[in-house]
Amino acid sequence: MFTFDLLANAIVAGVLLGGFYTAVSLGLTIAFGRLDVVNIAHPAFVILGSYTAYMVNAAFGVDPVLAGLAFTPAFFAIGVGIYRVYHASFERRGDESLRGLAFFFGLMFIVEVALILVYGVDYRLVDAPYIGATVSFGFVGVPMRMLVPFALALIMTIALQQYFVRTFMGRAIMAVSQDRLALQLMGADPTRVKQLAFGIALATASLAGAMLIVIGPVEPSMGRLYIGRVFAIVVLGGMGSVGGTLIAALLLGVIESLTATFYGPSWAPAVAFGFLLFALAVRPQGLFGR
Amino acid sequence: MTRTGGERIRAWALAGALIVATIGAAAWGPGARAADPIRVGFGMALTGGLAAAGKAALLAMEIWAQDTNDAGGLLGREVALVYYDDQSNPANVPGIYTKLLSIDQVDLVVSGYGTNLIAPAMPIMMSRDLVFMGLFGLAVNEQFDYDNYFQIMPAGPDPRLDWSRGFFSLAETLAPKPKTLAIVGADAEFSRNAMIGARAHAEAAALEIVYDRTYPPATVDYSPIVRAIQATKPNLVYVASYPPDSVGILRAAKEIGLKARMFGGGMVGLQYASIQTKLGPMLNGIVNYDFWVPEPTLNFPGINEFLAKYQAVAGDAGVDPLGYYLPPYAYSYVQVLGQAVEATQSLDHKILGAYIHGHEFDTVVGKVEFGANGEWARTRVLLVQFQGIEDKSLEQFTRPGSRVVLYPEEWVSGTLDYPYAE
Repeated sequence: MFTFDLLANAIVAGVLLGGFYTAVSLGLTIAFGRLDVVNIAHPAFVILGSYTAYMVNAAFGVDPVLAGLAFTPAFFAIGVGIYRVYHASFERRGDESLRGLAFFFGLMFIVEVALILVYGVDYRLVDAPYIGATVSFGFVGVPMRMLVPFALALIMTIALQQYFVRTFMGRAIMAVSQDRLALQLMGADPTRVKQLAFGIALATASLAGAMLIVIGPVEPSMGRLYIGRVFAIVVLGGMGSVGGTLIAALLLGVIESLTATFYGPSWAPAVAFGFLLFALAVRPQGLFGR
Repeated sequence: MTRTGGERIRAWALAGALIVATIGAAAWGPGARAADPIRVGFGMALTGGLAAAGKAALLAMEIWAQDTNDAGGLLGREVALVYYDDQSNPANVPGIYTKLLSIDQVDLVVSGYGTNLIAPAMPIMMSRDLVFMGLFGLAVNEQFDYDNYFQIMPAGPDPRLDWSRGFFSLAETLAPKPKTLAIVGADAEFSRNAMIGARAHAEAAALEIVYDRTYPPATVDYSPIVRAIQATKPNLVYVASYPPDSVGILRAAKEIGLKARMFGGGMVGLQYASIQTKLGPMLNGIVNYDFWVPEPTLNFPGINEFLAKYQAVAGDAGVDPLGYYLPPYAYSYVQVLGQAVEATQSLDHKILGAYIHGHEFDTVVGKVEFGANGEWARTRVLLVQFQGIEDKSLEQFTRPGSRVVLYPEEWVSGTLDYPYAE
């Protein structure tokens, strides 16, 4: 059944969903796209971010998104620590391709099992006044639990883009995967730059986790469900382009939403990934890749 | 080469010791074996997507083992649980049961939690002719037709149909009679089976199916799905979903203002306290399946004692704090096996299978009798409705009246409050 209000609502829902996908993918855009670090544990850290927000929300009643923001420095520090271990153990020795992958695979399981040991396996949800509320613009209804993550994702994207374009360290991060030697000649230490960038990547993952638990319940192993989708967005966006990640995530979100509304939700991933294959066939470097 | 006198004495002493040891082993062997525990083997989802249910089930089974051992064990022997984490992954199941039977040499086997993790073990049980107790498998034996499979979920003799029978039986009683139906469910084994049953009931009741779709796992936002359902203006909405989906669909339905006379049916997760206490009043009006709720009509002998033991340890284990849904049945499926062993005084699987087929069992979930296909002889899938949920406190869900039983007739404890929203 096709109606214009259904179409409008589907597009809006897709844009909001794309915003959330952006938030989840930004960290991997930095780690995988910019640093060449295949961090397959990224979704596990998103879930860790969800549990952090849950813990603070359950104990103190603090808004989950604010809790997520408050914990970004801690996740940044964890990211720095993980990169140090990864660099010393694999990257410096040139073993990062396969052993590095195994390292992050192991890390994913450690995070998952740690969450099970600490919190158990029950589903966790949070309370926030905007969960369950809807704002209406004519015949278009916008659920607040999707709007808040979308707005935050947009702010996060703009802030990261400005950081990468306007600051010395941001530009160094952009440059580190292209030419380490040139970066060293400019007086920057590539290892420190990558360390910082990986910290930022993990901080964004934690914030995305706070958004995830606002949208729906989480349990420790849920991150595995997002691995494929997140990598697809990063590749489609152009491997390292922050703006490209936003556009790719919005496109996938809208395609999924339109397919779910008009053709059946089970077709949504197939159509979205079909679009990814088509886009990569036409433009192998991704939408915004160079 | 000749032997000295000392060597001869040592040789005779060694031979004598070996003979004594052999005779001793023969004399004492059976006695020592009888003192060994009876080992019950299984795989269980302790990590992965089904771990919330799997860990709660394990806790209940440990309580059964403790209760049984406190009462003197089975056949005068203690019982011991031997289990491995199947990681919610069906691919791990054959390996786990092969190890349990070939290396651990367990005496009895029971299944892990859920249809997807029972089905892969069935060929192994069938090849060895073992009694296999199933925990919450929906219509697993329809494909295998195995005589020694018994399933504790009270789905009934025709699981696909019985699962949603209550929803559609109740819909028949609505005035005016509903004419249209929307069916939505997850792209997974349980949901597909439940949806097959719903379609059959719809056909029998001459309901027009205006929406019939599945959605993939890892769906984040259910708003487009619920909007598409809303656009078809169904009288009834039957949902067969897993816990995160149930929450997503319910929230989307409230946000969008879904209008239907009855909404719910087969939503897994709404039975869990962790989800109930977060959704709170949003649950009011939902009609959904359940297996046990604290209503006076379901006050079976032993259920409250079991729940008290379970609830005392559930918090530390990080599982459902109330444990109404799965744990009593996880306790019961090993309880049935234990009662069969005691009654037959045997661990012979043929004898046990024949006994379970021919007898009724008193369990904490009431009297259990199995039909020819190993499912309950009569369905007891309850249809309950959330009523009078005022806030998000846990305590209100422990009180009678928060989930009244509407079906089957024998267990009814309240009346349907409808429409859901019009």
